[in-house]
Amino acid sequence: MNQRAQSQPTPPGLLARAWDSDFLWSFRHSPVAILSSLVALTLIAAAVLAPVIAPQNPFDPAQLDLMDGLTPPMTPNEVTGRTFLLGTDPQGRDMYSAILYGARISLLVGFASVVFSMVVGITLGLAAGYLGGRVEALIMRIADIQLSFPAILVALLVFGIFRGVVPPAQQEAATLWVLILAIGLSNWAQYARTVRATTMVEKSKVYVDAARLIGLKPFVVMIKHVLPNVMGPVLVIATINLALAIIEEATLSFLGVGMPPTQPSLGTLIRIGQQFLFSGEWWILFSPGLALVLLALSINLLGDWLRDVLNPRLR
Amino acid sequence: MLAYVLRSLAQGAVVLVAVAFIAFSMFRFVGDPIANMVGQEASMADREELARRLGLDQPFPIQFLHFLGNALQGDFGISYRQGRPVSALIAERLPATVELAVLSALFATVLGVALGVYAAIRRRGVLANAVMTLSLVGVSLPTFLIGIGLIYVFAVELRWLPSFGRGETVRIGWWTTGLLTWSGLQSLILPVLTLGFFQLTLIMRLVRSEMLEVMRSDFIRFARARGIPARVIEFRHALRNTMIPVVTIAGLQLGSVIAFAIVTETVFQWPGLGALFVNAVQFADVPVMAAYLVFVAFVFVVVNLLTDLAYLALDPRLRAAAPKGAR
Amino acid sequence: MTEPVLSVRDLRVEFVTRRGVLKAIDGVSFDIAKGEVLGVVGESGAGKSVTGSAIIGLIDPPGRIAGGEIWLSGSRIDNLPPEEMRKVRGKRIGMIFQDPLTSLNPLYRIGEQLVETIQTHTDLSASAARRRAIELLAEVGIPAPERRIDGYPHEFSGGMRQRVVIALALCAEPELIIADEPTTALDVSVQAQIIALLKRLGRERGTAIMLITHDMGVIAETADRVAVMYAGRIAEIGPVRDVVQNPLHPYARGLMGAIPTLAQDADRLVQIPGSMPRLSAIPPGCPFHPRCPHAWERCTVDRPAPLPHGASQVACHLYDRNDPTAEAHQRMTHPPAEEGVAA
Repeated sequence: MNQRAQSQPTPPGLLARAWDSDFLWSFRHSPVAILSSLVALTLIAAAVLAPVIAPQNPFDPAQLDLMDGLTPPMTPNEVTGRTFLLGTDPQGRDMYSAILYGARISLLVGFASVVFSMVVGITLGLAAGYLGGRVEALIMRIADIQLSFPAILVALLVFGIFRGVVPPAQQEAATLWVLILAIGLSNWAQYARTVRATTMVEKSKVYVDAARLIGLKPFVVMIKHVLPNVMGPVLVIATINLALAIIEEATLSFLGVGMPPTQPSLGTLIRIGQQFLFSGEWWILFSPGLALVLLALSINLLGDWLRDVLNPRLR
Repeated sequence: MLAYVLRSLAQGAVVLVAVAFIAFSMFRFVGDPIANMVGQEASMADREELARRLGLDQPFPIQFLHFLGNALQGDFGISYRQGRPVSALIAERLPATVELAVLSALFATVLGVALGVYAAIRRRGVLANAVMTLSLVGVSLPTFLIGIGLIYVFAVELRWLPSFGRGETVRIGWWTTGLLTWSGLQSLILPVLTLGFFQLTLIMRLVRSEMLEVMRSDFIRFARARGIPARVIEFRHALRNTMIPVVTIAGLQLGSVIAFAIVTETVFQWPGLGALFVNAVQFADVPVMAAYLVFVAFVFVVVNLLTDLAYLALDPRLRAAAPKGAR
Repeated sequence: MTEPVLSVRDLRVEFVTRRGVLKAIDGVSFDIAKGEVLGVVGESGAGKSVTGSAIIGLIDPPGRIAGGEIWLSGSRIDNLPPEEMRKVRGKRIGMIFQDPLTSLNPLYRIGEQLVETIQTHTDLSASAARRRAIELLAEVGIPAPERRIDGYPHEFSGGMRQRVVIALALCAEPELIIADEPTTALDVSVQAQIIALLKRLGRERGTAIMLITHDMGVIAETADRVAVMYAGRIAEIGPVRDVVQNPLHPYARGLMGAIPTLAQDADRLVQIPGSMPRLSAIPPGCPFHPRCPHAWERCTVDRPAPLPHGASQVACHLYDRNDPTAEAHQRMTHPPAEEGVAA
């Protein structure tokens, strides 16, 4: 593909060049990318600011009034006369606030597990690519098996072991961390593969030998070259994995092996809401469900777009 | 060709032993198997007696061999929670899961390939783009929400279909089937749609992208230069070349069928293996977890083998690779 | 004078990109007579392959034929509806691509691919088509065709595969064959065989051949006439002897100077300074002027039209008899090649 003519009289400023770069050009011309990043950023901001913007703290019993229980959205409660944007659950908890707090936990688990799997994956990928031999064969074999094993199954196993090892009294407090660990451990293999491939390419380049000759640590020098090269693909994988991790967390919580009702994520809220589906209180399920779908969909669309722009070959 | 099949078999065996080792380690080290079996108030002598009977006083490698031997005979010990042999629990639950998984895989593959081919051929068409956008929504929709949505529409609001269970089943030998009764078939519809939906979107997107890739290749261009009609190029030349990568990845995806079966079975209270496993995880019922793990690995190995055989059928380059000059 | 098999008039092909419209082919005209081999040479990106694709109607979006006419034995083909054009492809125009390894569908026996092509363009029955396929394979020099017809592409060597590709192009006895770098991907020893085969088939059947290559040796050996392309235009076109031995256009001179021959001194090998412009930055006037040793002001603004010169046509102001300064520039800035290297 031909880019533009080389002979530019004066190089435009950095900002102008960034604005004109292929990356931002595609962004400006993709309504999907703009819309989905807006939705995602709004949801993330709302979740981060939950304590500030939520009308009530849904987990502070002092702020709840049982009389408000099961109020449909935007209709005044028959007894107390109060109105709630998205209705309330049986405890009189405002669903809007519950969603904000729930999204906070979902996003926390999502981001933390992505960072965790990124660190594990990049480290193992570097090690495999640089050391080669048996270490590489072992790491990549495990990665293969892990990739063909569904993430949710790996996470469930980690969780099962956790239930067997940790005494019940401490389980609730540790659940959040176990979730991050379980989801993180089920998603590292893709990073490892990408980083290993790039590392192997860089390792064979002359500068690695040159670095050794002038007494620099070749590994350190190489990392400095590998990391910028894998930024693009890693960013794509991380974005798509964030959506996956959020769904995975919601699924685990829905299955009853994730966040407890005292500290509910979106998945836990859906699990609770499902019980009211048959009695007609649809909103208890609907609003956390919608929030989860919007969150996952906007991040997924963003990741899809990023992949097309940064690396069309990565599927 | 025989060498090729044998190599697949050998690889499968290695995977099975590795997974069995993980399962055994879980059984051995997660919690105290003896305490779990006899309860807290058992005497020291009882415990030692049980340990000897289970072979837990033997060296670790011997114990593992024991475990392997038992596993080969289908013996995975006794469920901590239900107090029944794990193998009996699995046999009882297996038919429900198999019927659900096979039907949904069938539904997803047939519809997925058809829609994927359509989306690839009409790449710039309005309907094709709508299908692609919808498929991305499908990827972002968690399976359990799809299930709940279907229940709300078809069971709660319309009251057309049952929302849980298998309905009436017919017993044929040790197998139970819901395929022979009206209520059994009705009960299958929503779970099959739920479980099939994710695979459907995945297979569709995969077929589309692989087909577009193939359509860019030289031999397709040459076929066009020979004046072969577009339909023949698409369905004869492109589709068969598309199926090779699709078969691989679809085969690997069977893993997710099993995983999403866990979710689907929970949503629909489907009496299958997935629901059994979730219960086992909730209560740290290690023998059941271990057995389920080995079962999943076994399914994997079998499906991988079938995938390899499908390759042989699809790609003459592989068939010819082993014996030379057969033709 | 009989009608030419192929007649291309002022062909223009454009690619629409987000940075603007790129003119890949800009005003190309040439004819190929029955039984004639026209060699088309030029650097990669000069527009040789795009011209071939345009003739056979395989320019895909974002590319498009933006103007000009293509005539095949007296009927215009560039404006045919897609389905009509498809019937022309393979039946009246055959095409051979560069890489025989990837030109054949790996999953079907070569017989299946031959029969498919024959049956697309004729009314032959399956068994008659198979007999015809065996004949074709024999004709392109495949030994034991009755047995080899049931082989898969991967069972053939590169040269044999290219023979199969040629057989496929010949299925319906086309009037014109477009061979796009047919030997580039092959071993040198096999190249000569394939070229000889193409030449023989052209002669025996009276098929017109458009031979696209960047290999001047292949051209000198095979072609009757040569078109030298540069930046989407024809710089010079004429009989092979004239163009190879006495090139007129400064670019053609440079190109011929770049062929090593045993008779010449090794240090006479000339290299043209600079490189061909990208499609997005084709200079105004003559596209070659920034690299041309004879260029003067006129060349930077005025695009040269093809001018007849002997049996050839050359698009260069140096040969404009109406420009009184042309001869002066020719003499003034035209040092003999030997001195040109020294300077």
